[in-house]
Amino acid sequence: MDLMSLTAAELGRKIKAKEVSVTEAVTAALEAIEKREGMVHSFVTVDKEGALLAAKEVQRKIDDGTLRGPLAGVPAAVKDNMCTEGLLTTCSSKILSNFMPTYTATAVQNLKEAGMVVIGKTNMDEFAMGSTTETSAYGVTRNPWNTEHVPGGSSGGSCAAVAAEECSLALGSDTGGSIRQPSSFCGVTGLKPTYGTVSRYGLIAYGSSLDQIGPVAKDVTDCAALLEAVASYDNKDSTSIWRESYQFTEALVDDVKGLKIGIPRDYFGEGLDTEVKEAVLAAAKALEEKGAIVEEFDLGLVEYAIPAYYIIACAEASSNLARFDGVKYGYRTKDYEGLHNMYKKSRSEGFGAEVKRRIMLGSFVLSSGYYDAYYLRALRTKALIKQEFDKAFAKYDVILGPAAPTTAPKIGQSLGDPIKMYLGDIYTISVNLAGLPGISLPCGTDRAGLPIGLQLIGDCFKENNIIRAAYAYERTRTYEHSPVAM
Amino acid sequence: MENIISDETIEYVGILAKLELSEEERERAKKDMGEMLDYIDKLNELDVSGVAPMSHVFPVSNVFREDVPSDEDGSSMTLANAPLQRNGGFEVPKTII
Repeated sequence: MDLMSLTAAELGRKIKAKEVSVTEAVTAALEAIEKREGMVHSFVTVDKEGALLAAKEVQRKIDDGTLRGPLAGVPAAVKDNMCTEGLLTTCSSKILSNFMPTYTATAVQNLKEAGMVVIGKTNMDEFAMGSTTETSAYGVTRNPWNTEHVPGGSSGGSCAAVAAEECSLALGSDTGGSIRQPSSFCGVTGLKPTYGTVSRYGLIAYGSSLDQIGPVAKDVTDCAALLEAVASYDNKDSTSIWRESYQFTEALVDDVKGLKIGIPRDYFGEGLDTEVKEAVLAAAKALEEKGAIVEEFDLGLVEYAIPAYYIIACAEASSNLARFDGVKYGYRTKDYEGLHNMYKKSRSEGFGAEVKRRIMLGSFVLSSGYYDAYYLRALRTKALIKQEFDKAFAKYDVILGPAAPTTAPKIGQSLGDPIKMYLGDIYTISVNLAGLPGISLPCGTDRAGLPIGLQLIGDCFKENNIIRAAYAYERTRTYEHSPVAM
Repeated sequence: MENIISDETIEYVGILAKLELSEEERERAKKDMGEMLDYIDKLNELDVSGVAPMSHVFPVSNVFREDVPSDEDGSSMTLANAPLQRNGGFEVPKTII
């Protein structure tokens, strides 16, 4: 039996029932990586030795009853922007090519404490800036459904690794759609939680007010279980929110009777691929047939989300990435004259083009004379966008739409026109601005055989509404394995 | 393109961002930034007067705790990734000449 074709929950059950040992599960993942990495390149680092060692430890804790969770023993991958003690963490950037963290991110720590085994660190767009995983300093990741296409980004490595069945599940991070869009492109399920739900401690910051870590998995059940494992209040993250409940798996109920679902007309206009549109509307129909109340509405301000996002995200990035100066960690240039020259040369040689572009834009919009006109105006726009969602959630439990306007583009077609690439984030970005939870799950494939993603958005702290709707919809389908995983 | 980015502006942004650009990168940056600002200027269509800037979606304020040391001496860990270190400190080029 191919252990990697199972869902994480199924594999976890087999481990619990002693049908499969943790070492067997981890070995299966490592063998899959060996076989498929040449085709997809999901990983920056594979920690074979560490994973096999951890497997023995986890097995011991399962055997003595210390570990009882549903995901104990399951091999997991972690996006390479989360610190892992003693394990290379590059953010897919040259500037962190030698960075060995001395501590572990809280989310990863939680994942380990639930008994999951970290098998490696996944590729991403450099510093999570990008929508294709092509801006990585360590090579592009390829889409397991068609290796001529991108996996999406920036959590492209995590999503490709799950789709290629090189791990059972993975952690990604989402600043403007970086979990949901690659999940959509790779035919897997990914959830961005309410801002503050998963600790950002140890997550290398891009846009701090927007960044959230979240689960990527084969199905909604695994996503809910992984979120339940990693979410926690953390006093090491001052924006962490204490929540009444972290019980996300209790929403795994096949019942949407009376659930009010709103479809924003603004999400179905110009720029949306016809096949994507049809698949997403068919999913809405399926939920309606199960008893949900589905209606269309006008969300408003949709076209202002992307410009507001790029101002805020780039402004925060320019500040966050100021720490990479060649002094404390990471890359330092070989030859320099004086301190400022060292800063400039280390940064200029260490950062890639997209990162530089965003740092410069961020520095500009924060500079004296432009701060009010750009940065403050973007923050005021953000307030208006939040109000639009508040109005919508006064009427609906869930907002339904596409995760991305198209299926995965071909490799090499996106980076030449940045604004066009940014426009691809139109359905995901406003969710980050408003701090909302959103999930993307497969709802079909296009004629070329590439996956289409359905996005469900909930009000703040209402993950359980979208998990319930996603679960009910998922029950109408069967999971499709990617060609690379077959 | 409505926003024309001058050489002076790119030079200034380079100083703020601590980035040194090659001639080719500089020309590309001027074009990219101009196009991005043209696009971002879309926000000017919105009337935002009277709307308070929202930096955080939830009404959270500063988080305080008692200043009780909970870590042990972490200096060796702090220095573990330093490109250059000397006498328990980060080594940098001479700053006062």
